[in-house]
Amino acid sequence: MSILTPRVIPDRLQSPLARATKSWEALLLAVFIAVFVVNSFASPYFLNAWNLSDATFNFTEKAMIAFAMAMLIIAGEIDLSVASIIALASTAMGLAMTAGAGTPVLVLVGIGTGLVCGAFNAWLVAGLGLPSIVVTIGTMSLFRGISFIVLGDQAFTGYPESFAWFGQGYVFWVFSFEFVLFVVLALAYGILLHRTSFGRRVYAIGNNATAAAFSGIRVARVKATLFLLTGLMSGIAAVCLTSRLGSTRPSIATGMELEVVTMVVLGGVSILGGSGTIPGVVLAAFIMGLVTFGFGLLNVPGIVMSIFLGILLIAVIALPRLFSRRGLSRK
Amino acid sequence: MQPVLSLRGISKSFPGVKALSGVQLDLYPGQVTALVGENGAGKSTIVKVLTGIYQPDEGTISVNGAETRFPTAEAAAAAGVTAIHQETVLFDELSVAENIWLGHAPRSRFGLIDWKAMREGARKLLTSIGADLDPDLKLRDLGIASKHLVAIARALSIDARVVIMDEPTASLSHKEIHELYELVDKLKSQGKAILFISHKFDEIFRIADRYTVFRDGAFVGEGRVSEVTESDLVRLMVGRSVDQIFPARAHNIGDEVLTVAGYNHPTEFADIGFTLRQGEILGFYGLVGAGRSEVMQALFGMTRPSKGAMRLDGQVRVVRSADEAIAAGIVYVPEDRGRQGAVKGLPIFQNVTLPSLPATSRNGFLRLAEEFRLTRHYTQRLDLRAAALDQDVGLLSGGNQQKVVIAKWLATKPRVIILDEPTKGIDIGSKAAVHEFMAELAAEGLAVIMVSSEIPEVLGMSDRVIVMREGRIVAEYSGDAMTPENLVRAAAGLETAA
Amino acid sequence: MSLLKNREALLALAILVLLGLVTTRFAGFVAPSNLALVFNDTAPLMILAIGQMIVILTKCIDLSVAANLALTGMVSALLNGMGVPLVIILPAAILLGAALGAVNGLLVWKVGIPSIVVTLGTMTIFRGIIFLITNGKWVNAHEMTEGFKALPRAMLLGLPVMSWIAIAVILLATLALGRTALGRAFYAVGGNPHAAVYTGIDVGRTQAAAFVISGALAGLTGYLWVARYAVAYVDIAGGFELDVVAACVIGGVSIAGGAGSVAGAVLGAIFLGVIKNALPVVNISPFWQMAISGSAIILAVAFNAVQSRPKGRIILKSAEAR
Repeated sequence: MSILTPRVIPDRLQSPLARATKSWEALLLAVFIAVFVVNSFASPYFLNAWNLSDATFNFTEKAMIAFAMAMLIIAGEIDLSVASIIALASTAMGLAMTAGAGTPVLVLVGIGTGLVCGAFNAWLVAGLGLPSIVVTIGTMSLFRGISFIVLGDQAFTGYPESFAWFGQGYVFWVFSFEFVLFVVLALAYGILLHRTSFGRRVYAIGNNATAAAFSGIRVARVKATLFLLTGLMSGIAAVCLTSRLGSTRPSIATGMELEVVTMVVLGGVSILGGSGTIPGVVLAAFIMGLVTFGFGLLNVPGIVMSIFLGILLIAVIALPRLFSRRGLSRK
Repeated sequence: MQPVLSLRGISKSFPGVKALSGVQLDLYPGQVTALVGENGAGKSTIVKVLTGIYQPDEGTISVNGAETRFPTAEAAAAAGVTAIHQETVLFDELSVAENIWLGHAPRSRFGLIDWKAMREGARKLLTSIGADLDPDLKLRDLGIASKHLVAIARALSIDARVVIMDEPTASLSHKEIHELYELVDKLKSQGKAILFISHKFDEIFRIADRYTVFRDGAFVGEGRVSEVTESDLVRLMVGRSVDQIFPARAHNIGDEVLTVAGYNHPTEFADIGFTLRQGEILGFYGLVGAGRSEVMQALFGMTRPSKGAMRLDGQVRVVRSADEAIAAGIVYVPEDRGRQGAVKGLPIFQNVTLPSLPATSRNGFLRLAEEFRLTRHYTQRLDLRAAALDQDVGLLSGGNQQKVVIAKWLATKPRVIILDEPTKGIDIGSKAAVHEFMAELAAEGLAVIMVSSEIPEVLGMSDRVIVMREGRIVAEYSGDAMTPENLVRAAAGLETAA
Repeated sequence: MSLLKNREALLALAILVLLGLVTTRFAGFVAPSNLALVFNDTAPLMILAIGQMIVILTKCIDLSVAANLALTGMVSALLNGMGVPLVIILPAAILLGAALGAVNGLLVWKVGIPSIVVTLGTMTIFRGIIFLITNGKWVNAHEMTEGFKALPRAMLLGLPVMSWIAIAVILLATLALGRTALGRAFYAVGGNPHAAVYTGIDVGRTQAAAFVISGALAGLTGYLWVARYAVAYVDIAGGFELDVVAACVIGGVSIAGGAGSVAGAVLGAIFLGVIKNALPVVNISPFWQMAISGSAIILAVAFNAVQSRPKGRIILKSAEAR
């Protein structure tokens, strides 16, 4: 069968800008602006640079982990042990501190513990092929359990003064170290997921791991790396959080894993894998942080805030599904 | 004798493919009708119409002379039609008895399920078909032969009038096959109508009373088995209209590129050895389940052979994973396009560049301009039909998805390209394009292996044909010996002309 | 079938071994009165594990059970405070729990949201509602009537009523899962959803039913919990949902769906209960409990995976297993 003229297929059907305006992230941006505006009217304390800066502490540590968690969920896995890794890393830092270690060593110990925990998860899921949801429920108990064995109902306090800078210090004007770190990591993960071959492979695995394997992708290796990343981020978050609180209790960051997953799903990452973006997670982090802060200014108790977030989470997934039944577009 | 089930003028189309055009089929009580035809002839489609899974676009279905419809699977079952497939559609974690009775279990006084009656009933049914199975065994612990028997027992529990058996002996041993024949005889004596689908002529002549032949989705003949010979059936199956033309081949066959020797696998294949030359198209023919895809996946590094050596351009090459195969220049276009070939959810250009990311990216960073350039080049070569290159590959037709998969592998600049059933389930237009393309590739010096179950394709495209059966190579044909009869006989284990 | 291959039998054996180990340190542990105590203490976990098991059978998960428990418990305590008789409170708690479960079920069935997301959301919503209706206030023991508090502890034939309730739930669940069409449908839906449709089962509706049952059991446990511990506040049973899932995993309930038994879930709960109660007695600090159950989960998952390894394709006749 011969062709008279070669068929030319356009690269893109619509410009990236057009596509972006109809995306989930655009919706999130609209919600963010709405929340911001409502909050500014609701409380006179809202539009204050220092108050806003304080507000960022609400979400920076969670967001750091959320970036790595997002990539892992896109690849079709999940890590529910992240908060427990924080507990164990924090405990390890406390032990090192008690043994006389200085701040640089403490940081290394915290991050290193995170990596070791991540490696353990990686071995179980990518190495042995066990389902990540129950494996990480197990390691979640194991890691925090070890912290309880070490500390019981005691706490480590007395971290060196220089250590406090990570969680309490400022880099420039109102911008805290944690916030700057958050921005740097957002950029780094954004590039990793959206601009590198590694990120491309993550999406491929999440959409069809079998076809990805048949295309020469080393699926186990990619997944192992992703678990190492969630471990690493948990370690970094542990350094920040321990530094901010100035102490370590085995109960540190309890429940944070579910807040992280909420942030990721709110950010548009499908829990079934294969889709989602870092900008979406960033917006979700801001929204969650703003809501928490705004409600806080109005003296709304934390628990009521979480009702709002719970409803938001469900609504955010439900509405597109309900609308697509009526023929409107959305993945 | 009046047929218990009669189909007339049944047609069924899918986007781009006409699977059935105006076929007819009659099933008589107490008789076995063999449905004969090549892959793609429409056999599995007609089974799905009979079991209510597909709705015919045209035509009538009559049960005992009365016209009826099967709008759902349950309706077909209620009319007494059941099927036993190659892969059993039952529940591994449940017991034999439960699999037989699920959905219509005997109840006791309070409406609760009566396990005792279930077990008893299961035992009775199993004995009546000569199966000595413990009704409490989990289905997961049974071999495929026993699973078939459970499926048959389930069919009987629904008091089926029509029992469809789709390649039931595909994975059975000789003893089990014999037992199945006796079972079929028993079902016949109970007055059931049996539709028996098989490639194996010895089976057809052993148990079938009648035959119906399909070819390319059309009905080509039927009659009594006692009045035909094997050759007649073969001729009906493979006889062709003159419409299908295959591209002219330049036949510039060069040096040996690939040599495989002594490839063995514990369960999938044994003693596999062959050579492949540049510019050659080597066809691999065989029945479903012969082990061809398994051999190719081992060559591609997806599975490990237990023994054997591969040489590429004379050098021994060990391939332990897909990326090593790709690096060695061997690529594999899978049979199962949806699961193994295309990544639905990703756009076309990302599918095309997936194995070539090291080449299109720089230091790990993506370069979209490069990716689009590469994609444009190969999709144009293959005449892809799509709205845009960033369109989700899942939205394309089967034929175009296949082009994307082939483009993906061509972009890696391979030496050896293995195509597994490359035109299965795609429309005539795309088929021809793929064939043209394969010829071009061979002419450019690539070495091509084509696994195919379609005789005209195998004969029209290949320079040589290797036939596999039950995990082994049983024949190799070239030149004048490449005839449909030889291929079909070798694949079925019959004697062949020299 | 070899007894050793039976998952539940192995678990029972493991529990016996555990008990044996404990006895070497403290013989009194296996005294019937003590075992009864352990059983009673584990009753809430057993009841919830049965509900969770049914949900997991259908390829879903219910992370909201503890929050459900807390909310229904609080409502029970409040009703008690308003003078509502216990004979109405108990069914009301079960119904409320079922209604909360129905919310989960409908979102999964009708809207098609994955259950992990739904129950993550409802988990915080349910607990939040407790705060809304109480403004954070606790209901303490002295605010509860004697009758309300006494029921779970009332002794009947040597066992507290709470234990009997657990036993009743175990028996009912075993009966329902084994002898009713719905019970078998749970297994079919999780085992092979595709084939289940061909046998006339509505997958989504079956999953919704599982959530209603899980919710109802959580409602029942809500009353038992606040009555037994004589206190109700927002954070009761915090994190308990993970213990419940752990009990199921240890009990051999496959997270992939379609496989598991009431006996398994109950034994898994008892395993965790024995550990929890044995640790103080053996002079191991109770702080070891979490790490031990975490390790048990990991081992159980690994064991589950090895047991259900799929077999490869058999093409060569010589390779066939007879």
